[in-house]
Amino acid sequence: MQINVRRENGACRLEIEGELTIYHGPEFRSCLLENLPGCDETEISLAGVTELDTAGCQLLLAAKREGLRLGKQVRFVSHSLSALEVIEQFQMAAQLGDPLVIPAQR
Amino acid sequence: MSMDQALQTYIEEGRSLLEEMEDILLQLENEPLQDDDTVNALFRAAHTIKGSAGLFGLDAIVSFTHVVENVLDKLRDGELAVNGDLVELLLKCRDHIALLISVVAESGELLDAEQERTGEALLAALRGLLGVAPMEPASPTVRDTPVEASGGGMMEGDCWNISLKFGRDVLRNGMDPLSFIRYLSTIGDIVSLATDDSELPDLAQLDPESCYLGFMIEFKSEADKKTIEDVFEFVREDCTLRILPPPSHLAAYIERIEHASGNTDMIGQLLIEAGILTSHELEETLAAQEKLVAQESGARVPVGELLVKEGVVQKEVVDVALEKQRQIRDHKAQEAKFIRVNAEKLDELINLVGELVIAGASASLLAKRSGDLVMHEATSVMSRLVEEIRDGALKLRMVEIGETFNRFQRVVRDVSKELGKDIGLEISGAETELDKTVVEKIGDPLMHLVRNSMDHGIEPGEVRTATGKPARGTLRLNAYHDSGSIVIEVADDGGGLKKERILKKAIERGIVSPGQTLSDHEIFNLIFEAGFSTADQVTNLSGRGVGMDVVRRNIQALRGTVDIDSEEGLGTTVRIRLPLTLAIIDGFLVGVGKSAFVVPLDMVLECVELSEADRKAADMRNYVNLRGEVLPFIRLRDQFEVNEPAGKRENIVVVQYGGLKAGFVVDELMGEFQTVIKPLGSIFRQLKGISGSTILGTGEVALILDVPALVQLSVASESSMAE
Repeated sequence: MQINVRRENGACRLEIEGELTIYHGPEFRSCLLENLPGCDETEISLAGVTELDTAGCQLLLAAKREGLRLGKQVRFVSHSLSALEVIEQFQMAAQLGDPLVIPAQR
Repeated sequence: MSMDQALQTYIEEGRSLLEEMEDILLQLENEPLQDDDTVNALFRAAHTIKGSAGLFGLDAIVSFTHVVENVLDKLRDGELAVNGDLVELLLKCRDHIALLISVVAESGELLDAEQERTGEALLAALRGLLGVAPMEPASPTVRDTPVEASGGGMMEGDCWNISLKFGRDVLRNGMDPLSFIRYLSTIGDIVSLATDDSELPDLAQLDPESCYLGFMIEFKSEADKKTIEDVFEFVREDCTLRILPPPSHLAAYIERIEHASGNTDMIGQLLIEAGILTSHELEETLAAQEKLVAQESGARVPVGELLVKEGVVQKEVVDVALEKQRQIRDHKAQEAKFIRVNAEKLDELINLVGELVIAGASASLLAKRSGDLVMHEATSVMSRLVEEIRDGALKLRMVEIGETFNRFQRVVRDVSKELGKDIGLEISGAETELDKTVVEKIGDPLMHLVRNSMDHGIEPGEVRTATGKPARGTLRLNAYHDSGSIVIEVADDGGGLKKERILKKAIERGIVSPGQTLSDHEIFNLIFEAGFSTADQVTNLSGRGVGMDVVRRNIQALRGTVDIDSEEGLGTTVRIRLPLTLAIIDGFLVGVGKSAFVVPLDMVLECVELSEADRKAADMRNYVNLRGEVLPFIRLRDQFEVNEPAGKRENIVVVQYGGLKAGFVVDELMGEFQTVIKPLGSIFRQLKGISGSTILGTGEVALILDVPALVQLSVASESSMAE
């Protein structure tokens, strides 16, 4: 997994590339802890997520809650198909509260 | 019943269930197409072993048997087909369970490393059959159907309600709840799924490798509760699972409980039978019950109540089950068909009956002497009753030999595989009964004979076909009753014994002197001599005689005999004769001078008077002409050196044993007598011709004649005289 961090004007954009699984949990968590508190708005792009597991989902939920707790905005955008599938499976869309783009019927 | 006793009962029951499993498996191997009942019985056996092991907290047994049970379940549902490999595997699993029971349950120890490995290997093979790969990495699966964010989802009321809370370590153990939910969706529709993140800590405190999530799932499926539970089998230890059936099913469950078979009066088992409770849930509840008892050290909370409280089963269902339980208990009280009795208690009873027989004999003797007719009559009625009690008590200990024989199915199967020979076992006379103590002790000698026959008796397939025999060798076990003894035959259709070689070896060994002529029978029986049991003869004599002397000694210790018949090229039959019982027999009392002797009545053929002419001639020779037949006899007076001179008349008691007839010359015939056998002390073990003693009504001691030994003696001396 690789996370590209871009910060400008109190906003932050994290782009996750690769697997978001238990193996990369600690890394993702520390990245969130590093960036969330200092930015009013954090946008996390899941476009490059090739795999998401339960540990990953937990972190997504925790990130959202952390944002609520700190009064900051945390958004997930551009969900990849793999990510969408898992979120759908767990029926977590409402809990995360981000608009999802439903892929066109194939 | 204390815990210890209960465990003992469990071990015994477990063993008999395992035997049942083995029988069924062997049956399946021979005829793979069995009806459902057979496989069902197999499943039930495994299920019961597992269930009861759970009650005793024998986790090793539970976890192993659980997987076996799952495979059997697939077999039952027809998802797996019976074949040789499967039976082989299941037999090995059966053996492993047997090992677990004897190590874990009986000795309370743990398996050693090697045994553990065997278990692991078996489990791996079983899991392979189950076809569930729950440890699969959660790779992005490409679904056939496109992902759709369903608007409201299917909102239907009639769903299973599954609540699932994972343990913290589940992710660390390499399992992903996601894969279970995916798997769940293959057996039905997940109508709605709510992720419970209430335990999720703040990001700073969160351990990314722990699992904090729980799930509430509304699930629509035709599957039964067990199937749904099994989805979570591999995380079962690591999660809290509650599966509530859809409301519409309740009526069906209630009906099933009402029509339960009544095999059990345990409420948990009842609910399991109806399918509303799974055995795992029951185990958990029972464990919780124990914990509560320990904590509050108070009264035991009923299982039913606990099930409702924990939200495992709805209250309506439990109420119905309680009612059914009460009905079954009432019913059970009326028809208890079998009771388990401690063998010691039975022995005690038999001893007492023995004493009663002696006391009764003394009473009737006194009555006879007193000349009081009324008293005489009373004692004779009593004697008859005592006799009936005696027979009844002895019958309690009689068991069919079939069970012992059936064990050999497995032995024959395994040994023939080991040897690479095709050998079938035929069993007849399985219903023949004999004393339990004898049955217990005959197992080892029989095992020896069977192995010997298979190893050395039956030739390899090529040799058999070359000599025009069917390639498949046959081993026969047969049992029947014959004049007061039970005869057990171990027969094979192998190469038979080679007389010349046996004789040659016997001469080499100095057992037989070179000039001696021996009958075939005598030659064959030479293999029971101790000198024949060394290793180098094994090859020379095609192995016959390995430890055969031990076999003979064991059988003689049971007051039995063993002999052998063989036809070169056609086969060998070993015949074991054993007394039916070791405790009380019907005897025939005879007198010589002032001494009294008892001949087992079953062996007595007839009694004839020794005519004056014969008496005179008998001084010269030891046989008489009995209706044209030569009857060798023994004078008990000479045999036992009774010094009083003979009376005016003498009688011959004709006895038969193992096809041989002989006569005992005695003074007096005193009639039938119930004989309680008192074994002689070990000092007298070498005594030939006496097998025991008994106490007469007068308090005097009478010796019990060892008919087989005496018959052999008289026949032998007669034939040696003839030469």
